[in-house]
Amino acid sequence: MSKVRLLVGTRKGAFVLTSDGKRENWQVSGPHFAGWEIYHVKGSPVDPQRIYASQTSGWFGQVMQRSDDGGATWNPVGNKFAYDGVPGTHQWYDGTPHPWEFKRAWHLEPSLTDPDAVYAGVEDAALFRSNDGGVNWEELSGLRKHGSGPHWQPGAGGMCLHTIILDPSDAKRMYIAISSAGAFRTDDGGETWKPINQGLRSEHIPDPTAEVGHCVHHIAMHPQRPGTLFMQKHWDVMRSDNAGDHWTEVSGNLPTDFGFVIDVHAHEPETIYVVPIKSDGEHYPPDGKLRVYRSRSGGNEWEPLTKGLPQENCFVNVLRDAMSVDSLDKCGVYFGTTGGQVYASRNAGDSWVPIVRDLPAVLSVEAQTLP
Amino acid sequence: MTVRVLLPAHLRALARVEGEVRLEVEGPATLRSVLDAVERDYPMLGGTIRDHGTRERRAFLRFFACERDLSHEPLDAPLPERVAQGKEALLVIGAVAGGSPSP
Repeated sequence: MSKVRLLVGTRKGAFVLTSDGKRENWQVSGPHFAGWEIYHVKGSPVDPQRIYASQTSGWFGQVMQRSDDGGATWNPVGNKFAYDGVPGTHQWYDGTPHPWEFKRAWHLEPSLTDPDAVYAGVEDAALFRSNDGGVNWEELSGLRKHGSGPHWQPGAGGMCLHTIILDPSDAKRMYIAISSAGAFRTDDGGETWKPINQGLRSEHIPDPTAEVGHCVHHIAMHPQRPGTLFMQKHWDVMRSDNAGDHWTEVSGNLPTDFGFVIDVHAHEPETIYVVPIKSDGEHYPPDGKLRVYRSRSGGNEWEPLTKGLPQENCFVNVLRDAMSVDSLDKCGVYFGTTGGQVYASRNAGDSWVPIVRDLPAVLSVEAQTLP
Repeated sequence: MTVRVLLPAHLRALARVEGEVRLEVEGPATLRSVLDAVERDYPMLGGTIRDHGTRERRAFLRFFACERDLSHEPLDAPLPERVAQGKEALLVIGAVAGGSPSP
């Protein structure tokens, strides 16, 4: 019978949650790397036992960990992230030039074909790649040296490259997103990049339709529809059907179009999920009701999914990498909260149960479907 | 010579050691030579005490020994004799607060 393994990164360590295909009873292991911030943990699609974890600390900096046995044991690998050449400056919050400084890795994206290859999206925003299982890292500097780099500005969480999407139909195509510069695409394996922000509108920047400067929170893609992208922006839920060349808003009837996560059903490329969040200042669900919203039409028409979720006095947040889906039938959907709950739905969102209630604040959730 | 170093708990866990570490240091015992020895024997600690690029002490770490704060001493200044002789440990201390938005 198939199994599901959830890789959960939190403010104070990583946890591995496992269940058989029924997804009723879960075993919890952890904390791994107790006390450290674990921004992201993700397994190789080629070899699911190969897992990478980004371990960081304000005291001790960045550590990268790798497991070759499905998260049972871990070994530190390489943590040297050196920008290519003289890094130069980007804009600080007040618009003044600020030197590029490495702070941490936000997101890890293992290659679709090679378990030793993995990408890292880092703060200050840049994209790195390792070809040797995370031992050595090299910047794909064509992104940062794209002409708009000196104009990029940090979002509230820092100037982070937080989203990396690999196109399964085209090994040379990749998408990334940066807060708050926007989305970018390469069609030549990372040598050159173009901003793909046409159609985005951000009222809080001087030019609301600027080529860069948009606070993209997350992007999701269904592997069978690699040209279709769904985006949760700071405000607005967007979609593109031409690989990001143009975006249209699909916020529709959402109670608020602010949020962080967005994900796509494993078997239905037009079924998408978001968690609306009240903003700008609050960052918790509207009315204290934790609701996942599902659209079966690729956006615009949304239904609240509430069964099993707290519908009063809930003031948690769901961060950008904290939702994932498995590929079982029915599709499992999972998300973690800043209150330490990890919720699971084994029926595509119709109902939810908490797997755990009292972890540290959850930063990321990744689901692995195992044979 | 053998020099003793007491690392913060998180770095002891990362290096998989308990208690103090004992390091063979070539030449005079200085902050630089001792930290070089730490990173030589425990390569997973590279970048965690001093920055990979600048080689500067990380901002939320301090160095103490013999009841003295050595954090701002020149990297090549001799460490106190009792540290060089292995009679006292060089202490690497993490700030009690700070270093993270959610310490």
